[in-house]
Order: sequence, then C-alpha cells, then structure tokens
Amino acid sequence: MPLLEVNNLDVCFGLRSGAVKALRDVSFTLERGERLGVVGESGAGKSVLGFSIINLLSRPGHISSGSVHFEGKDLASLAPGELRSIRGNRISMIFQDPMMTLNPVLTIGVQMIECLLAHRRMSKADAKRVALKKLQQVQIPSPEKRLDQYPHELSGGMRQRIVIAIGLLLDPDLIIADEPTTALDVTIQAEIMDLMLNLCEQNNVALILITHDLGVVSQVTQRMLVMYAGRIIEQGPTKEVINDAQHPYTQGLMNALPQMAIPGQKLNQIKGSMPPLQDIPKGCSFNPRCEYVMDICHQALPPFTRSGNCQVACHMMAESAQDKLQLKEV
Amino acid sequence: MAEQNNSLVQISDLYKRFSISGDLLDQLQFKGGKLTRRKEYVHAINGVSLSVMKGEALCVVGESGCGKSTVARTVMGLLTPTAGQISYRGERIDNLSDKQMLPYRKKMQMIFQNPYASLNPRMTIMETLKEPIRFHNPSMAASEIRDKIAEVMLSVGVDPSWGERYSHEFSGGQRQRISIARALAVDPEFIVADEPISALDVSIQAQVLNLMMEAQEQRNLTYLFITHDLAVVEHFGTRVAVMYLGTLCELAPTKQLFSNPRHPYTQALMSAIPRLEDNRPDYIKLSGEVPTPVNLPTGCVFHGRCPHANERCRQEIPTLTLLDDGTQVACHGVEENRV
Amino acid sequence: MMSESTPNMQQHPTALQRFKESHFWHSFKADRVAQLSFIIFVTYAVLAMSASFIAPFDPYDASQIDIMNSEIPPSWQDEGEASFPLGTDAQGRDMLSTILYGTRVSLMIGLCAVALQALLGIVIGLTAGYLGGRVDSFLMRIADIQLSFSTLMVAIIVLAVFQATFGTELYQQLAMLMLILVIGIAEWPQYARTIRASVLAEKKKEYVDAARVMGFGRLRIMFRHILPNTLSPILVISTVQIANAIISEASLSFLGLGMPVSQPSLGSLISSGFEYIFSGAWWITVIPGVVLVVLVLVMNLLGDWMRDVLNPKLYKG
Repeated sequence: MPLLEVNNLDVCFGLRSGAVKALRDVSFTLERGERLGVVGESGAGKSVLGFSIINLLSRPGHISSGSVHFEGKDLASLAPGELRSIRGNRISMIFQDPMMTLNPVLTIGVQMIECLLAHRRMSKADAKRVALKKLQQVQIPSPEKRLDQYPHELSGGMRQRIVIAIGLLLDPDLIIADEPTTALDVTIQAEIMDLMLNLCEQNNVALILITHDLGVVSQVTQRMLVMYAGRIIEQGPTKEVINDAQHPYTQGLMNALPQMAIPGQKLNQIKGSMPPLQDIPKGCSFNPRCEYVMDICHQALPPFTRSGNCQVACHMMAESAQDKLQLKEV
Repeated sequence: MAEQNNSLVQISDLYKRFSISGDLLDQLQFKGGKLTRRKEYVHAINGVSLSVMKGEALCVVGESGCGKSTVARTVMGLLTPTAGQISYRGERIDNLSDKQMLPYRKKMQMIFQNPYASLNPRMTIMETLKEPIRFHNPSMAASEIRDKIAEVMLSVGVDPSWGERYSHEFSGGQRQRISIARALAVDPEFIVADEPISALDVSIQAQVLNLMMEAQEQRNLTYLFITHDLAVVEHFGTRVAVMYLGTLCELAPTKQLFSNPRHPYTQALMSAIPRLEDNRPDYIKLSGEVPTPVNLPTGCVFHGRCPHANERCRQEIPTLTLLDDGTQVACHGVEENRV
Repeated sequence: MMSESTPNMQQHPTALQRFKESHFWHSFKADRVAQLSFIIFVTYAVLAMSASFIAPFDPYDASQIDIMNSEIPPSWQDEGEASFPLGTDAQGRDMLSTILYGTRVSLMIGLCAVALQALLGIVIGLTAGYLGGRVDSFLMRIADIQLSFSTLMVAIIVLAVFQATFGTELYQQLAMLMLILVIGIAEWPQYARTIRASVLAEKKKEYVDAARVMGFGRLRIMFRHILPNTLSPILVISTVQIANAIISEASLSFLGLGMPVSQPSLGSLISSGFEYIFSGAWWITVIPGVVLVVLVLVMNLLGDWMRDVLNPKLYKG
C-alpha cells in the first residue's frame, strides 16, 4: 500500500463570481520514503495541493470530489480529532515563511515541548531531551541556548532550521514543504536543502517538495509533478522529466532558464502568461501559449500518455503513441 | 586610465550607514551612574568603488543584506551617501539639489523589484506614462506625447489600446513591462534595475529579460543590474561585481568570473546555485552565519566564514587588486597565492 | 508581442462599469444594514436640505409663532392638533418644522466642521508623514498636545470666553461659524494621525520611489501620487467624524454654548425641552433626541461597514 494516494482530487473555491476550480482531477501516489517534487508557476495550484492533502484548506476552499488516502485512511472523511492526530503527528508541514509556524511570543523550547506533549505521553524533561536531539539533527550550533531564545532573535536560515526540527519532532512519515527555501539566500538554501535531503534519507521520511525552482527539485527529489492551471500535465522520475521533458510547457519552462541559453543571446521564452483560474480555455489549458497547438487542443482535454516512465497530458504525445500502435499493427 | 574615459557612472569610495538608534530620547542611556548618548548604525555600504562602462550591463550580486540595493538607490539619488562620490560622465551628482539633478533624471532611470508596488494603483497606465514625458518635455504637443506613449508601449509589448486601464488589471509580467516602459519614456541612457525579475515566474522572467536585452540593443542602454540570481547574471551581465556585507569582494568579466572565481566567497556562492546537471560538484559549505552589518567584523568582512582565513585576514582590511587576468579581487589569500 | 487578451480586455470599461465591478459596490449590494443606513442618511440629507420648502412653518419667523400654541402634544395623542403633527414646543413652534431646520443646522455644522478637520488633518498628516524627521516629530507632538485636551473642554473654554468678551448678541450671530471652527480645529489630530500612518505605509512603496527618480517635486508626489492612495482611510474616518461632530455640537448646545434658541439645532432643541420633560411635555426632548440618535447611529454603521470593506488587511484592492 502506498503511503499517500490522491485520486481525482478536485478543489473548489466558491467566490462571488462563481466557483473556481483550483485543482482539477489531480491523482498521484507516494511511496514510503519517496521524495516528490511539485513544480509550477504561481497560481498553478501547487500550494493548494499541499493544503488539501492535510485537509487544511481555509474557506471558501473545499474538496469537491476525489479522495486523499493516507495509509489507506481517507483524510477527507476523518473526524476532526483523528485528523489532528495525523496532522503534525504523521504528516508535518513546512512553509515558506518560518514565522507562519513559529509563535513570536514563545521561546523555541516552549513551542517544541508543547508540541511534543500535545501528541505524546512523556515527561517535560524527556520532551526537552527530544527537542534538543532534534535541534542537533538540524545542525544548529549550541542548541541548549536556542531553546531559550525567541524566534525574532534568530536569522532566517536558523528559523527555517528550527521549523524543520519542529517538523521532525514527532517522527512523521511525510513532510510537506511548501517553498521552504524561497525566502532564503542561495548559500543558506543549499545548506537547508542538503539537510532536508539527508534527514529524509536517514529517517525514511517521505517528502513532498512544492517549489518553483527546477534546480532544487532536480537535486532533492526522485519523482516530480509539473502542474499548470490546476492540473498535473506531466509526471515521472525527476531525472527523466528534467533531461527529456515531453510536455511543451515543461520544455518551455526548462528552456526559459538562463543557463539553457547562450550568454548574450535571447532566452527561449514561452509567450503569454498562465490564464487566471476563472478563465481557463477549453480543451488543453496550455493551448493559447503552445507552439505546437493543433485543432484538437482547443476541443478536448488531453489524456495521460505513457512515455518511458513518465506520464504526459498532451495531444501530441497521444497522437504519436497512436501512430506507433498503428505502425505496429501494420 | 583609459577606463575612466569610457565610464558612464562612477562610484568612488562610497559609504552609507543608517542610524537605528531612533531619536535623541532613545539614544540616551543611563550606565554606571552616567547619562550617555549611544548611537548605533547599520553599515550598509563600506567603501565601494565601481565604474559602469558605457553600453555594458554591470551586474551586482550578493545575498540579502549585502548592500546591493543600497548601492542602486544611492546611485539614483534616492539615498544620500554618508561619504564618497557618485559621478555621471565625470560630473559629480551626489551633492546636487533636486533642481540641479533634473537633467540627470532624464538620463538615469530605474526599474524596481515589485511590479505590484511600483505602479501607482490610482493612475491609469496612460497617466503613469504621460506624466514623466510631459514633466520632462513641457514644450511637447499633446499629439507628440500620445505618439511617444504609443511608441514605448509597443516597444515593451503592451497594446497601446490598454492605456485607459489601471495597473491592477494587469498580470505581474505585464506590470513589469509597463514599469520598463515608464523608465524608457524619458529616453534614458543609463538604467538601474533593482531585482527586476525576482518577483516573477520563471516563464515570465525570460520574457522580461529578453525585453531588457532588446531595449539595450535598440537604445544603446547601459545597465546597472542588481540581482541575487547568478544564473541570470551569467546570461545577462558583461561584468559582475560580487558584494558581501557592504564591500566589494570581486569584480570581473562575466565569463572569467564563472570559469574561474577567485574570491572564496564567490566560489562558495557559485557552488551553491542549484543546477539541473546531475554530476555537479559538492557545494562549498560555509560555516557560521552572515554577521550583522551593525557590528562589522574587523579585517576582511568574510573572515568569520572563510575556510582560508588567517591572522592577517582578521586584522587587515583587504583592498581590491587587479590580477593579471583582469579580475579585481579583495582577498589577502589570493594576493598571497594561498587560495 | 503579447498574445494574451482575455475577452473583457477588448473594450474599455467606463468609470460606471468599473464601479459596478468593484468590491465596494458588490459588498454594498450584499449588506442590508449598509443599504438601510445609506437610505436613511440620504433621506435625512434630502429632508434637511429642502427644509424651507417642506416644513409647514418657518420656525425662524417670529410672526408665525403663537405662544398660545405652546406645548401641544403630538397629533396622535388626545389633546393633539392635526396642524402640528409632532406637537409644539414651549414657545409654540411647530416641532416638525423645528426638527427639520434643526437637522439642517446639525448636519451643516457636522459636515463643515469635518471638512475643516479634513483640510487641516490632511495637509498636516501628509507633510508629517512624507517629510518625516524633525518636521514629523514636531507636528505629531502638537497633535498629541491637542488630543490631550478634550474637544468639549476646548470648546467650552473658547466659546465661554468669546461670549464673555463679545457679548451674547454677537455670539448668537456667529454661533454656527464659531461651532464649526471650534469643532473643526479641536479634532484635526484624528485625521492627521490616520493620514500620516497611511502615508508612511505608502511612502515605502516603489511607485513613490519611481516618482522621485523621475525628478517630480515634493508637492506633486505628496498630493498627486500619495494622497489619492490614502483616500480609503479618509473616507472611513470622515463618516465617523461627522457623527462625532454632530454629537459634539449637540453636547455644546445642550450645555447652552451651542446654537441659540432662536436658531435651534437638534442639541439645543433637546436642551430647551429638558426643563419641560417632568411637566409631561416629553415630546419636546424625546423626538429630537430620537432623530439625533438615529442620525448618529446611521453614520456610525456606515463608517463601520466602510472600514470593513476598505480595510486593506481584509481585502487587497
């Protein structure tokens, strides 16, 4: 049984102008200890995906259909109490802004111990010992001192380390990290990503890394999903997707990176920008920006086609797959 | 120096500090039975000298808090330097009054980081573009102004018929185009771009970078480009200046810097860029944290995190020295050939 | 070139269309309390403005007043007369007409005093916020000092001194102007502080830097670029301040320092009826009292609603 199984997930936001679908028909599975990257531009629905996995969507957002199974249990239908015992305990979440997790008026120690005592039966002294051990794991210098410090006394990188330590506190099976290093500098980002990679490997923790940075994804994750306008358009092993992207959007995204162009020459840009969720074109949602657009792209949703170990939602792939089939038959 | 003649903007020995100790009442402290006045400063820039050559794109890179944005804002006159000089075509401009500064305002323009804040939300695009043109060309006829607006809007790829709209009706990328149009509207020759693409999505970043390169070609622009993204620098920059804690560590032609970084900080910075390639070498781990610019370390500002630091680095501030290959580095280690 | 053009990007929306699309209009349409408050306020305003046409009597005209008609109860009571629907006061004036004229006076003083407050507060707040430094400290200390005197205290002192020096007669002629000046000057710090706070927030935004880079002068940046972006808080504070000004005026009139009895405002009506309340003529005090309370309530409700709608923390517009 996979650790996490998301099936045909639809998430709606009821707005004045009518319901807007933020996620459409999202399905994927995650094995124990697997590291999955979720890539997309802002507004693609990647953060909504993170929130809906742990059923933390704030109104007016809600899961309108589909299911999220964690170890076989459907998270959407769990009672609030049961859900709480999974959230934080088995699944923890790391946000872009560490101050979303940290309470500015409590010391680091108090927050960590409180979190432990809420989920585990243990003495305060034991809780403190566990907290210290976790701070050591995230390589924070002089952890004893940190326990008595307030979040504002620490630098951004240090805060994010503490958030990671809190995330690891209850030995979760899954960490969802939403742009964990976007607010940090490159040198700190490299350290934090390295740390997360090692911790996940050591403790056999599964990771869902939500980011816009293809470089980070390629270094940390084993598999990746590419999202566009609320849909998964390509998924597969990270190396394959990065080295041999099939969907025109993924290709465009890779080619738009400055390191892909000859210095001084024009970058390969994708024209236009992602449509707002209220206004998604019919058929393939990428069709207004696609170089290879065909008639069918305006009419029908592209189905997922296998290509190597990847799955790609593009009519071009579907057609060439069919051609191949026909060739074989001939 | 031949360099001097070709330089458009020259920054010499620039210092900028900000007081963080509030007003007089906050500064007074009662210590050991005596009332003393204590002032604290953030030392944002500590002796930076740079010259921007005509027609080049000089990129300034560094991590947050290294003073790169302060350099940009001081060059544009948004901040007054604590010490040092800024000259434009050999004329000193940092001590001019608002009125004396006016002719330079047409020549020097700026593009900002946040496309959501850099356009006035209560003004239509037309008004936003019209105001600077009319302000700097009072004798221009209304029809000429209209043509000019249409011309710059077209050149940044925004349909001129959208002029009557307000900025919130546009996406981030389009807003950034519009703020580029505003800068281009007064026909500048020098543009300071302060992280112009870091708030944009990857696919939009490419569009805006392309647009800036196009504008450079067509209008013969000179850029001072502030960024933290080394990948962009490699693509865009003619020369690169690496800053750390308010000082310049290394200044080199882009190709040279990327193929052979000399300063230990530059080396660490380069190794930390997330790359798509699989077989990248391990990044150089820096120990410790960036010190606060309130209490600057003695000697080389980087010595606390530098793997090659020795006693001299802790004592003596290194100066920029020109190496044989044209790179300028401020590092005792490089000087002594031990890095 | 851009290829993205959503269908509604094709034609220009007019200002009216834009307003109809706005968050402001949508939330107004959804909020019954706001609609009702607005309707009541408009009714007040219309009735007050047309008082001289619709009032059955002119309370300022002594020839229309007959002392024999004094203290007639409202028409629905047994002793009431049909020609005086809300009864008459102790001098025999028709209550309905007096209330209509009184509302006009109260609204007038409220609006003018707030206009004066706004003018002072906006100029001072903008200057303090934009220039900062010493100018800011100086202006804000003045505001603090001003705020530490209560409006009523200042008003009582100024008005009492004026009456004592120049005599009651001159005072009665200039009462309205004096009230506007006193209330207007006493409460500008409210505006100045609000505006300064939002100027400080706006000043940090890059469009202000962009304007400075263009070389625009300080005044142009302050009034043309920053001021329009602080209009939301100005609108919110204005509604609440009008209500406050009307109450201040009523309190002063009640204390005998406001509008003279010959030109009564709602406050002086309440005050003049107060001595008769125990003799059974309750209507002279209660009816203008209710009118005043409803007016102030409606203004406050509108202000509350506007604060909710325009609060940038709740809604990013």
